[in-house]
Amino acid sequence: MKKFKRILAVITAVMMIVAVAAGCSDTSSNADNTSKKTVYRTLDEIKESGTVKIGVFSDKNPFGYVDENGEYQGYDVYFAKRLAKDLGVKAEYVSTEAANRIEYLQTGKADIILANFTVTDERKEEVDFALPYMSVSLGVVSPDKKVIKNLNDIKDGDEVIVISGTTAETYLTENHPDIKLKKFDAYAQAKTALENGEGAAWANDNTEVIAYALQNKGYTVGIPSLGSKDTIAPAVSKGNRTLLNWINDEIKALGKEKFFHKNYEKTLADTYGKDYEEQLVVEGGKVKK
Amino acid sequence: MQALGIDVLLKGNNFIRLIDGLCTALRISLVSVIFSIVFGIVFGIVMTYKNTVISVVSRVYLEIVRIMPQMVLLFIVFFGTTRMFGLNLDAELASIIVFTFWGTAEMGDLVRGAVSNIPKHQYESSYALGLNKAQTYFYIVIPQTLRRLIPLSINLVTRMIKTTSLVMMIGVVEALKVTQQIIEANRMTAPNAAFGLYLTVFILYFLACWPISLLASYLEKKWSA
Repeated sequence: MKKFKRILAVITAVMMIVAVAAGCSDTSSNADNTSKKTVYRTLDEIKESGTVKIGVFSDKNPFGYVDENGEYQGYDVYFAKRLAKDLGVKAEYVSTEAANRIEYLQTGKADIILANFTVTDERKEEVDFALPYMSVSLGVVSPDKKVIKNLNDIKDGDEVIVISGTTAETYLTENHPDIKLKKFDAYAQAKTALENGEGAAWANDNTEVIAYALQNKGYTVGIPSLGSKDTIAPAVSKGNRTLLNWINDEIKALGKEKFFHKNYEKTLADTYGKDYEEQLVVEGGKVKK
Repeated sequence: MQALGIDVLLKGNNFIRLIDGLCTALRISLVSVIFSIVFGIVFGIVMTYKNTVISVVSRVYLEIVRIMPQMVLLFIVFFGTTRMFGLNLDAELASIIVFTFWGTAEMGDLVRGAVSNIPKHQYESSYALGLNKAQTYFYIVIPQTLRRLIPLSINLVTRMIKTTSLVMMIGVVEALKVTQQIIEANRMTAPNAAFGLYLTVFILYFLACWPISLLASYLEKKWSA
């Protein structure tokens, strides 16, 4: 019996390894698959079907969320609605999460992703990004009585609050190793720390700090844009050139009527205020340096 | 009420959306549970056969289910089938497949345990009375097994209902996702709504799972007498 069990264990282990190996080699065979048959729907196929499937966030106010009547709303959705209208089709929204946005495009379960999708080099290998419609970077918020307008304002004894694992932490560690960081795990802890004066300033995504300063009196965003600018753009399945070109042309055309400024005023102004409109909005796909 | 943010629920269709989400969660879990019980009983009985091939196959199946996180299974069935075979499964159907796959394994294991716990003399007495193997299973073994299974399987059923919160990862909007949507949509106007809303969801899940527990204890009492 003991021997039998041992054999069984070995067989099981071997099968597991085979299964895992099959799972890993999966990606390479995928590449062949996609070249043979396309997972995505071309522009004409979408128009013909009468609906375009757009992946948006359903719980990221004010970019993509669902209001009390069950309707999708937000900056991304406002743009999605316009895309569907100009395509002459109905928009079908798919609720996506940050972790599955790429999967949706790679399997063709969504035609376009408009889910606050930041353009990165790694993601460019997996999906095709159209022209950007928003730009974000890091920001630094500090108390009114001692506004930090420049990273040089930070004195030797001062500490800067960051949330662990955010781009702000990475950026400051890499580019300004001399600045002392006070790290917290959660947003709420960092917020309390700033309010208790535990740090001279708080560095985070600029959308976050702008919204914070607007909601909490006595704090100013001294540095609204720090580090490299990241852009946010629509994404389509890799290789879906007809749809990509159409979206690019559309974004350029919308620039003429200042569509994204209108969008900002409708959806984002309540959260970020009018002062940062030029910082955040990218019109006509052209990012200002 | 104001402090808990429950008033947010009364805005528009929010409460109906939440109930809708709960219905989706219950639909997925209950359909899966029914399939799991049927397949699980068959699988469990098959596992009691002392055959090398059957033991190896079922062992591998059980280990896969135990080791793989349900989230991975969901991704494999929902996205993987499209990648490999071009199948476009509905997200809810994919969830039911995954939950049934998982439930069948666990249920099967419970059934196997319960069946092998039936004392040998039960079989022998049955054969002595002239019943054949199928009849023995049908009239003697399965009824006794079911009785032993009730408390164990209720645990599995409630666990399945709770695990449905994962299906939001493949785009199914269920109770917890609706809660997050409501909390986020009201982030500015009611920043403290999270507590009240999660409390509401807790009560809703409780109300959904409690009758099942009650039914289980009722059956247990009735059958033990």
